[in-house]
Amino acid sequence: MTAPAEQTPAIEVTNLRKVYGRGHTEVVAIRDATLSVERGEIVGLLGPSGSGKSTLLTAMALINPPTTGLIIISGQPVMDGPRAMVDARAFRRQHIGFVFQKPNLIPFLTALENVQIALEINDTAPREARKHALELLDYLGVSPRAHNLPDALSGGEQQRVAIARALANDPSLILADEPTASLDGALGRQVMELFRKVAHERHAGVLVVTHDPRTLDVFDRILDVEDGAIRVRDKTATKP
Amino acid sequence: MNLAVRDVRHNAGRFAFTTLGVGLLLMIVMGMGGIYRGLIYEATLLVDRVGADLWVVQGSTRGPFAEISRIPANLEDRVLAVPGVARARRFVSHTIQREHQGKPLRMVVQGLAWPDDKGEWVPIVAGRPLRQAHYEMIADQSLRLPLGEKIKLGKDVYEVVGQTRGLVGTSGDGLAFFTVSDAMAIQFDVPGEAVRLERAARRARVEAIDLGRLQPLLLDRAAGLASGIPAFATPQVSAVLVSLQPGADEAAVRSTLRTWPDITVYSTQEQKDLLLAGMVDKARRQLGLFRALLIIISTIIIALIIYTLTLDKIRDIALLKLIGARNTVIGGLILQQALLMGACGFGIAWWIGLYLFPYFPRLVLIENADLVSLGLIVVVISTLASLLGIWKALRVEPNTVLAV
Repeated sequence: MTAPAEQTPAIEVTNLRKVYGRGHTEVVAIRDATLSVERGEIVGLLGPSGSGKSTLLTAMALINPPTTGLIIISGQPVMDGPRAMVDARAFRRQHIGFVFQKPNLIPFLTALENVQIALEINDTAPREARKHALELLDYLGVSPRAHNLPDALSGGEQQRVAIARALANDPSLILADEPTASLDGALGRQVMELFRKVAHERHAGVLVVTHDPRTLDVFDRILDVEDGAIRVRDKTATKP
Repeated sequence: MNLAVRDVRHNAGRFAFTTLGVGLLLMIVMGMGGIYRGLIYEATLLVDRVGADLWVVQGSTRGPFAEISRIPANLEDRVLAVPGVARARRFVSHTIQREHQGKPLRMVVQGLAWPDDKGEWVPIVAGRPLRQAHYEMIADQSLRLPLGEKIKLGKDVYEVVGQTRGLVGTSGDGLAFFTVSDAMAIQFDVPGEAVRLERAARRARVEAIDLGRLQPLLLDRAAGLASGIPAFATPQVSAVLVSLQPGADEAAVRSTLRTWPDITVYSTQEQKDLLLAGMVDKARRQLGLFRALLIIISTIIIALIIYTLTLDKIRDIALLKLIGARNTVIGGLILQQALLMGACGFGIAWWIGLYLFPYFPRLVLIENADLVSLGLIVVVISTLASLLGIWKALRVEPNTVLAV
């Protein structure tokens, strides 16, 4: 019997391997990575530059197919090796939210419209999309800046809008790639607290790639990536 | 949410300047079409207005609008004798260039068959038709001769008594209406010395033969007016315009006239066709080629600016793909921008043309059908122009957005 979607992990990755090049030029970016992120859980993915974090993230985001391995999102197999088992773009639209190091807001849309567009892309009616987008901005504390263009927002406000956009379609999985890298310590802390809030309150699995040692305490679990391999860290350890 | 409009609003300055440039190009395309229409209108206006059923011209020629046509003035009387003909009028048309107030003045001299034709059919906007057999003229406003102005043409001075608007010949020179006799006097004006020399030469030739010596009257005749010697008289009119009696059989009249070997007869439609197939057709092809080139240039400009705008949005497009936007959303954004640019350019072209074309030296006639066809062309070129940008956008990988 299949478990209800709410009880399945947000993402399960099994024996994921990504190899670039062939023969003498072959580089193994990810070595048989296996991990899972439960719904309502926030997981940190740590590792030095070039360790394979971003490759792993893009594979899980269905934009960089693995060489081998299985990816299951919300109980649905989506990638079996390089073979997509779903329409990747449509699946991303409905099940995955993204937050990046830079907020990557569309510069010609207001904060509200940046969130609204994610909803409209997923076939939500414009009026309803606008209402829901306002609610999300309010949830993240940036509704007073809803009608400002990204240029007029601070870095922290922009990142909150980006998180609101990631939450727009109520995704089961949120992937964040160093979301605090361009923020100062206090703002970075606020943003990470927001992720924790989102994971726990909205019941989404949140996987955050980070370098920032000051925010490790917000994670429920921490995974270290080194030379493409993953190991689970003891949360009591202090070394990043 | 319309992404195209929002992006345009964000890049309003660049979009406005580019659209203005496209609009000016389209205005020239529109203007060239209008010039062609104006040429046809102006060229056929006189033929339409003069109200003849048949044109009798010099044998084996295409008529006064295509080449020189000269027939004897008294052909009018011969034509009138043909059954079914209600009216025959002499028609004189020739272009002259004279100097007036220190500036060159070109005009198409038209002869009216006074006293039957005083120019009542001419669309006079100021003044009146001709009232006397000599020394009056009706001038088109493009000649810049005000009412009451006096101008010396040949040996005589003519007064402007009426004005028309927009009556010009195929070369764009304004029309001036005189009585036929005045028109001929202007056309065949010969300096007095040349007349004296010609008469002396004729007298000498007649004196050299026995008949001349035996017949003093013949000698006097030879030294007199050339028009008094039928063998010497120059055929003086360009055509004879024929109006048929109500219910007359045009084919029968034409058939009769065709038996005369010294003339050729055309219907008004044939005369118009000859006019359009000649110089107007060359102008049409010339203008058509320019229009085609300008449309190609406009397409390239729109394509380049849309491509540049797309390149500026590459990260945004990658982001849209990453968050799941369909290709139709992304392609639609670019296509709509191109169409918007084309539509705004078309509007600018129309609006500027509205105020600018009246100042052109030749009539620029913009017809609704031409506006619609140019509008459709703009839609097609805008769509074609967007293809390069769409191609680029569809090739963007979603992970481009992850690059710092």
